[in-house]
Amino acid sequence: MSNHVIVPVRTYYLIFLTLMVCTAITVAVAFVDLGRLNAVVAMTIAVLKATLVVLFFMHVKYSTRLTWAVVIGSVFWLGILIVMTAGDYLTRRWSTYG
Amino acid sequence: MPEIPAVAHERGHHHHHHPAALAHHFEDLGQQSEAATLGMWVFLVTEVLFFGGLFTAYSIYRAWYPDAFAVASHELDITLGATNTAVLITSSLTMALAVHAAQLGERGKVLIFLALTMVLGAAFLGIKSVEYYEKFVEHHVPGPNFQFDEKYFKNAQIFFSLYFVMTGLHALHMIIGLGIMTWMFIWSWNGTITREYSNPIEVSGLYWHFVDIVWIFLFPLLYLIGRHVHV
Amino acid sequence: MPSRTALLPPHHYLNDGYGITSWLLTRDHKRIALLYLAGVTFFFFVGGAFAVLIRLELATPAGDLVNDETYNKLFTMHGVMMVFFFLIPAIPSVLGNFLIPIMIGAKDLAFPKLNLASWYIYVIGSLFTLYAIVSGGLDTGWTFYTPFSTIASTSNVIPAALGIFITGFSSILTGLNFIVTIHRMRAPGLTWFRLPLFIWSHYATSLIMVLGTPVIAITIIMVAADRLFHFGIFDPAVGGDPVLFQHLFWFYSHPAVYIMILPAMGVISELVAAFCRKQVFGYTFVAFASLGIAVLGFLVWGHHMFVAGQSVYAALVFSILSFLVAIPSAVKVFNWTATMYKGSIAWETPMLYAIGFIGLFTIGGLTGLFLAAVGLDVHVTDTYFIVAHFHYIMVGGTIMAYLGGLHYWWPKISGRLYNERMAKVSAVIIFIGFNLTFFPQFLLGYLGMPRRYHAYPPEFQVLNVLSSAGASILGVGYLIPMVYLMWSLRYGKLAGSNPWGAVGLEWNTTSPPPTANFAETPIVTWAAYEYPTTVEGHVA
Repeated sequence: MSNHVIVPVRTYYLIFLTLMVCTAITVAVAFVDLGRLNAVVAMTIAVLKATLVVLFFMHVKYSTRLTWAVVIGSVFWLGILIVMTAGDYLTRRWSTYG
Repeated sequence: MPEIPAVAHERGHHHHHHPAALAHHFEDLGQQSEAATLGMWVFLVTEVLFFGGLFTAYSIYRAWYPDAFAVASHELDITLGATNTAVLITSSLTMALAVHAAQLGERGKVLIFLALTMVLGAAFLGIKSVEYYEKFVEHHVPGPNFQFDEKYFKNAQIFFSLYFVMTGLHALHMIIGLGIMTWMFIWSWNGTITREYSNPIEVSGLYWHFVDIVWIFLFPLLYLIGRHVHV
Repeated sequence: MPSRTALLPPHHYLNDGYGITSWLLTRDHKRIALLYLAGVTFFFFVGGAFAVLIRLELATPAGDLVNDETYNKLFTMHGVMMVFFFLIPAIPSVLGNFLIPIMIGAKDLAFPKLNLASWYIYVIGSLFTLYAIVSGGLDTGWTFYTPFSTIASTSNVIPAALGIFITGFSSILTGLNFIVTIHRMRAPGLTWFRLPLFIWSHYATSLIMVLGTPVIAITIIMVAADRLFHFGIFDPAVGGDPVLFQHLFWFYSHPAVYIMILPAMGVISELVAAFCRKQVFGYTFVAFASLGIAVLGFLVWGHHMFVAGQSVYAALVFSILSFLVAIPSAVKVFNWTATMYKGSIAWETPMLYAIGFIGLFTIGGLTGLFLAAVGLDVHVTDTYFIVAHFHYIMVGGTIMAYLGGLHYWWPKISGRLYNERMAKVSAVIIFIGFNLTFFPQFLLGYLGMPRRYHAYPPEFQVLNVLSSAGASILGVGYLIPMVYLMWSLRYGKLAGSNPWGAVGLEWNTTSPPPTANFAETPIVTWAAYEYPTTVEGHVA
């Protein structure tokens, strides 16, 4: 997309602050015992941070549908790789190699 | 043979006044910029799948060996890791500000923000080298010299194998990023980058932000496993 | 139709600069296509040389020509050369590079310098692999499964893997270039549904290249790390899973077979339309089928792993999806056949290759359905049935389409016509040689002869001898076109801009085309295959 949209500097600083806060939170939460939820929370925060970078720093919020399709498509394809591979491992009835 | 309509004159291509930056196979700078941006996005798709293979391997093995992964993760320096995360996020800010300045044709600011981005990138690599050195000295590099708690000796090697390949590849991408930024710095310095032709900065920024995003995932996955348990 | 008064245009891409640097530093997609043509042809014959040795060995039941380690290297290097250095690049990097900008009315691809870089990357990658071959060879099979490739093999795994890794980038960058070009550089009026099906096929192929190749790239890095540094990612001794390697490997390598067949299908659509002088039946269905194959092709990789140790439930899911992926391919075969119905068919050489493709691809594809059934696959996996299946598709399919396309567009590329009688004879020789080589292999596999073995029980010899005899006929068939095509460059009749009387932007410009492809950018207001109706008025 050519530079048709100029995002205000204030937006950038706001996103930056949010990202730093999220980082602090994710570190802090890591020291709290949430059992299996620890991984979920950590990944959720990471996805949130990545989304902010993609939407605002990478201008996807202001980009064409084609750009959106490319971004979503790449994540979806990675999803295929991980999910279908995990599908094998989750349904095996024998244990690991040790 | 079907009637082929007569071909019409090309639209708008005059030989005497086109911008120096316009490549001859494009109609205008707009088409060229759109092509470059789309090209970088498609390249980033390949990078998602490239790192993605490592994330796949990581997910399987973390599910298989949660304790070994947690114990091994504790051996990473969380302060350095968190600092590096902050460094990269800041560098994304300075990168975005560089793009902004370029869009407005503010050459001086472009140079300052590009330089800051590069300094932060170099700082990241410096901290990473310190971490690698520590790992080497502690014999946490998998292979014949690996030393670890006997209980987790085998599976911790998988963690560290993934750690080194993932962060190593990431660091390589940072180094390439620094190269790209140097190139952009030169272009900004010598006047190639103008208000009309700021697209290369934006496209370089896309790459830089992507490398930041990879680290946003690497940090919790590698450094923050089972930190609530004191091992 | 060839014009009696055809002249070579005074300025075209072949005389636009002479000398080695004008070729090695060119940015012209047409010249780059020819650089690739030289490369893929060379590697085809290198891979073919290995095939000759394999078939020589297999003519007798005893493993007497070479020892088993050497035999392992022969079939490995045959596979590596053919898959990575011939089948994957051939149609896209030769015909695609040459034709895509012309077919969409553009002056070049979106990134001409990147296109040249892609060729250099291809060559550099091939040098590493050739080095691996001459300095002792690779014996892991082209699939280089772990832990043999990471631990036990004493052959040149690292240089070969590095070569494939590097060449993968050539594929990725080509796909990237095609995607951006097709999105952003179509001529005015050329909407998506006016595009030739060749473009749709290459677009779908490019999606696969971009989405799949990076995964094998990272897998190679992990294999190299395991082998060089004794990391343990796939090493059972530290808890690694060799089957994980297979998941990552086949995630790319299955879609890779669609990289090999989709461009071929694009060629066939063009050939069938031109030589039946008819709009391709169900154009929209064929276009969407290309995308469908690309998408579904990513969901079926586990059918290579039915006996590898993945879970039965995963196997069932992959099996069902493997049946589904046959549907869009079948749609294409039906549509080509329907195009031929009541078409005005001209049996020129390209059409002979096209109809050979349709028949042989159908057989290969149907046997793929047998293999999608888990029960049957367990019986024939790692036998010659599999070998026959994929050779029917890759050789009976892709190579026939490649030759058909090469013959169809040869006049455009070179400005010359080849000797039609010799071309027809070669096509027939190839068809006969091919079937004699590979049909017996279906029987051998079903009867139980394993693949990758150089010694076999004597009762299999008759079929093996038939196969080896067929291979020699096939080899002759492949050599003849080299001769008459080269001969035509100097002595062939001039072709004129449209010797076939076909519809398509490439036929609206000179043969050979000028460097900028067109004198003026075309404005497109017509559908893809607007052939006039016949005198009898039957054509749809």
